[in-house]
Amino acid sequence: MPLSDTTGAPGPEAAGGPLIRFEKVVKRYGDNVVLRELDFEVAAGERVTLIGPSGSGKTTILRLLMTLETVNDGVIWVNGDSLSHMERNGKLVPANEAHLRRVRKKIGMVFQQFNLFPNMSVRKNITEGPVHTLGVSKEEANQRAEDLLELVGLKAKIDAHPTQLSGGQQQRVAIARALAMRPEILLLDEVTSALDPELVAGVLDVLRDVAQTTDITMLCVTHEMGFARDVSHRVLMFDAGRIAEEGTPEQIFGDPREERTRTFLKAVLETG
Amino acid sequence: MGSIPVDFFIDRFPLYLEGAGTTFTITVLGTALAFVLAMVIGVLGTLRNPVARGVASFYTETFRGIAALVLMFWMAFSIPQITPYELDVTFAAVLALGLNVGAYGAEVVRASINAVPKAQTEATIALNMTWARRMRLVILPQAWAQMLPTFGNLVIELMKASAIVSLIGVTDLTQVARLQGQASGQTILAFGSALVMYFVIAQVLIVGVRLLERRANRRLGRTPPAGGGLLALLRPPTVGATATGGAR
Repeated sequence: MPLSDTTGAPGPEAAGGPLIRFEKVVKRYGDNVVLRELDFEVAAGERVTLIGPSGSGKTTILRLLMTLETVNDGVIWVNGDSLSHMERNGKLVPANEAHLRRVRKKIGMVFQQFNLFPNMSVRKNITEGPVHTLGVSKEEANQRAEDLLELVGLKAKIDAHPTQLSGGQQQRVAIARALAMRPEILLLDEVTSALDPELVAGVLDVLRDVAQTTDITMLCVTHEMGFARDVSHRVLMFDAGRIAEEGTPEQIFGDPREERTRTFLKAVLETG
Repeated sequence: MGSIPVDFFIDRFPLYLEGAGTTFTITVLGTALAFVLAMVIGVLGTLRNPVARGVASFYTETFRGIAALVLMFWMAFSIPQITPYELDVTFAAVLALGLNVGAYGAEVVRASINAVPKAQTEATIALNMTWARRMRLVILPQAWAQMLPTFGNLVIELMKASAIVSLIGVTDLTQVARLQGQASGQTILAFGSALVMYFVIAQVLIVGVRLLERRANRRLGRTPPAGGGLLALLRPPTVGATATGGAR
């Protein structure tokens, strides 16, 4: 089942420019500097996990990409388009809503608190986006919803109301809702942090499935180190708004070079 | 006293009913105007555009601060003096009440929209919805359940305030009571009957709003406790704390 419009299967080493590029990105909240001149790139099809202590800027990176926040300085490029500026008559001007909507088309996000719409059934939660923003027909959107609910193991709940679902089920619906938009980039923001421990595995299994069967580029903020090791091509360790260390999951989890990474992983693995 | 109060009321019931009908009509028309104004101005008040917000706060501050009674007099008696037009007095009353209550309603709409969790807006952005779709599909349906209880109060306030039309010669419930009191000399019974009828109209309005509230809450997945019925609608609803979100 094709979940993404991306054709072919470009791995992390694929030719061409990066799909996502952060260029000296600065993000401040008042006096609090969350990202300090951050530079990094993500290739199409790559699955990158962001780890690090809370407040280190991981979630902010996802929120900037989803255009829920704006940068204070620097540029974020998605497929060659800047998220903060656009070109008009050969000049760079601040991005307008139309530009943002065009860039956003490629990006989907799953939130820590699911954020399903309580005024809609599961079916509507999944179909409203494709119908109203992609112009997909109702029949096609319904078919997508059914296929995706099958993927996340909740086909029987298609006409249920979000309040009738457990947290884990709600999060699986939220994943289906994001995938129904066929994004090229999927942002996962601590998607299991709000769940009871016994519900975490079900959600992670779904995401493992998505990772194995599609070529969607994934940026994942998580404290689930086992999951990070299984699905990601690359792990970025953040500390105080900078990348403290980056490498393959084997290297980061097996032989971390930085002391900061070692202490962080030790703390997470002890409590986890 | 015996059956005198009952006789008094039964004899004059058609007159009172007619007056109540006028009161009800003015209430419904005033509410319709107030509702439209409240929605438009309330939504304008939530926008980032300073002009939109300026218009919204100008309207609310102006019409909250003006007595509906004086506004009605002004429209009924001053407009014919400064323009070639004459406003129908009932229409002037509906306009004055609608403008006045609409200003309160706009604040309710604005506050209810702002009370919808920001995370819902973020989810609509993640689905790349336009502002109009976000409002229509997600934000307003959720804000609606919040607005209804206060809207119910405003409708009843408007209904009671509609008594001002009796001062410009419209035969509403209050006017009927006053005329019958003068004609019969039975002031206590004449106004007592009007009080009872105002109360009955208010209960009808309350039941109507509560039905809408139930429907709105059901759509948000909040079910009312068992044992509902018509009488239960006269009590304030107890649902509302079981919103979605959070792990279980």
